[in-house]
Amino acid sequence: MKYEIVIGLETHVELNTKSKIFCSCGGHSSAKEANDCVCPACCGMPGMLPVMNKRVVELAATAGLMLNCNINKYSTFDKKNYYYPDLPCAYQITQLNHPICTNGHITIKTKDTEREIRIKQIHMEEDAGKLVHEGNFSYVDFNRTSVPLIEIVTQPDFRSADEVLTYLRKLKSMFQSSGISECETGAMRCDINISVRPEGSSEYGVRTEVKNMSSFELIEKAINYEAQRHIDAIEYETEELIQETRRFDEATGKTFAMRNKETEADYRYFPDPNLMPIVIDDAWLEKIKANKPIILDERENLYREVGIGEKEIAMLLSNHVLMKLLDDTVQAGADLKTASSWILTDLIGLLKRKNIALTADTIAPAKLARIIELVAKSVITRATGKKLLDVVVEKDVDPDEYRIANKLDMQQDSGLLENAVRKVLQENETMVAEYKAGKEKVFQALIGATMKELKGKAEPSAVVEALRKALLR
Amino acid sequence: MEYYVQKIKENGKIAVDDLILIKDVPSYGGSKILEGFHSLFTAEVVERLEKAGYPVSGTTPVGEFGLDLVGEFSYGHTQKGKLYGAAAELVKKGEVEFALGVDMNGAPRRAAALSGIEFLKPTYGTVSRYGIISCAASGEQIGVYASNAETIAKAMKIIAGHDEKDGTSLPDMTYDYSTTEAVSGKKVALITELLEKADDDVKKQVQKVVADLEKKGVKVEKISFVNCQTACIAWQILMAAETCNNISRYDGVKFGFRAEKYKDIDELYVNSRTEGFNLLTKTMILYGSDVLSKKRYKDCYEKSLRARRLIAEQLNALFEQYAAVIAPVCSTLSFTDYDVKDAFTKVYNEMVFTAMANLTGIPSLTKGAVQFMAKPFGESTLLSLARVSEKEDK
Repeated sequence: MKYEIVIGLETHVELNTKSKIFCSCGGHSSAKEANDCVCPACCGMPGMLPVMNKRVVELAATAGLMLNCNINKYSTFDKKNYYYPDLPCAYQITQLNHPICTNGHITIKTKDTEREIRIKQIHMEEDAGKLVHEGNFSYVDFNRTSVPLIEIVTQPDFRSADEVLTYLRKLKSMFQSSGISECETGAMRCDINISVRPEGSSEYGVRTEVKNMSSFELIEKAINYEAQRHIDAIEYETEELIQETRRFDEATGKTFAMRNKETEADYRYFPDPNLMPIVIDDAWLEKIKANKPIILDERENLYREVGIGEKEIAMLLSNHVLMKLLDDTVQAGADLKTASSWILTDLIGLLKRKNIALTADTIAPAKLARIIELVAKSVITRATGKKLLDVVVEKDVDPDEYRIANKLDMQQDSGLLENAVRKVLQENETMVAEYKAGKEKVFQALIGATMKELKGKAEPSAVVEALRKALLR
Repeated sequence: MEYYVQKIKENGKIAVDDLILIKDVPSYGGSKILEGFHSLFTAEVVERLEKAGYPVSGTTPVGEFGLDLVGEFSYGHTQKGKLYGAAAELVKKGEVEFALGVDMNGAPRRAAALSGIEFLKPTYGTVSRYGIISCAASGEQIGVYASNAETIAKAMKIIAGHDEKDGTSLPDMTYDYSTTEAVSGKKVALITELLEKADDDVKKQVQKVVADLEKKGVKVEKISFVNCQTACIAWQILMAAETCNNISRYDGVKFGFRAEKYKDIDELYVNSRTEGFNLLTKTMILYGSDVLSKKRYKDCYEKSLRARRLIAEQLNALFEQYAAVIAPVCSTLSFTDYDVKDAFTKVYNEMVFTAMANLTGIPSLTKGAVQFMAKPFGESTLLSLARVSEKEDK
């Protein structure tokens, strides 16, 4: 029998804010030592009260807008009770009954399918700390405690691991490019709800949940393993499927059931009396909407409209640093399509040759825009532009200062060009004869020699034209 | 009786109870579980008072997390014989000008009654809770012990007002703490259900106050308010749930007391908490866990929230007709020491008098055993009624 895999995802994303969700501690990701970034509040000391970080609300709402959700005017926080040493208050503040965003959707395209994934809700919550085990001792590090997260819950709309990965890549790219999250390693974690059913059936099978997955590669492995386990259980009656929570073991490539004790907990949720309901009025929502970054689908359309190739579009959409650089270069005055070609061909090629990774600091967008402008206005040749790009990336020089100091400007004086051509033709009489005898190949060599004579400061097309004219005589 | 847990300044003017934190001063909150703990910061109210020229002379014992009657089961300060509240006694003796206490289950109001002084539990949200060992966040409030309404008003003017460090602190508004509102012609209601629960000593005090007020032209009418008992149950449920949640952070891992013997993390939790809490607190934890469990949440916790709304509405309606409500604040003025296993019931029986104010956030001022309640922000009415009645005492 053929089976259909049904998957729903809960994705936790760490928000990119200056301070934690309920206190003013900041910079946990750059903390050097354990417990460098803590205060009495995020350590669970008595006397401190949670105070809502408004930026968290704005980022969560922005994520909701990007995922086409309703942004709820009224949302509340609940306390979720459980004991664990990395949870200093022994409760987590989260949103259970009235989350900030509900009922969204996002379209994903894989090689084979295009599917709309429904977003059930997005809620805000605080992260827990970290345990470090050394020998017979365990240590707690509260740097990450109370770091703001959003949890994005989808409906069971995925039908393959490929779709899940496509969705996650899209989320990651969206959140990175909009600054909602840096989505660094571990800052995006998933719980995967999975079941299988005979193809064509409308009933759901028994569902299991694989918890706390962050690597895309392992997510794919876990889904494939778990789906096959379900199919085997149904097809060959290898085991009886029960609804349970499981973990994925990287070493064996298998999932295993968590102890019942961990999964059957009653979290005794109740509304947090210390936090007033979050009310997003129209004015605030308008402000959030006005700051909403272009969403990926809109970007994709824009790129296509100006004539950027499909391969290049795919490259851009999958890399927020590229997108950001392109955005900023256009912002600095460059034409979108021209800038995309400079970035995707010349800059990327250059970095590959030099084996440098592209970062936000690789090149100042304004300098790149200036190089593009110099070429567009024929102040320098494209070839000189490429060389200039190389120097700017290498030494961060000012393009104009360098161009003037090194006399890179294009040879505008046609007399010089003609003199050069004349000189080359005189010095290469043999080649001229060969060319005139029909050996077209030598023409390239003549161009090369002329360019050399001009020290590269001429537009190749002009050289070609001058040479042809001279040879026709 | 020991009046201080920590003596801080010889020339201090006020006392605060041990649930109010002061930087670098050991704070137990009356519990062994916080043994050795001292705060890294000072409560907002203390900051405001010190700035206004009222240094703290010391912290006074409270029952473990303020859960008992008046502080009889304070860790290291268990009381024998007749029970008193330490802060109230300091005020009565004139050793401090006034004192602050956290009112969650009515303990400071009861203590004021036993010492024959006054205590105001202000409207919820008017005084910052930043820096108190919090249990029942939705109804606890810092209030003032003093020997007269004038002093309470003076203290309130200093401590009340918005604090951005407390999310439940009401947005900036000015509060009125007048003691000279005209009382003549005002209508006041006396709750018969509560009067009937009090003994003769308490009843006598109520009758005297009623007579004094009537002399001043106040019209006192006996009314029935059957939901006193419902308010008590609802507040007990909410209080237990919130307390259980808030004190779950005392687990032996980070600070305070940790059991000596444990094999693993589960034992560390269980042993530390078993040894660190008294029986009343443990009962409260079990009760609180139970009402929040999936099985009971709807019938207990959620219903209590509905009761809170309903009773607040009923009280609002009552305050349309009456400027204030009068009731006893306790059943008797002579509590003596008792076994901790009876504490849960004893406190519950007394909370019927005090719970309405905590549940709905309305202000309540007790003068001796007689409490006055008014609509939110109606403190001036309470202070003025108390002041009129004080004059008759002389």
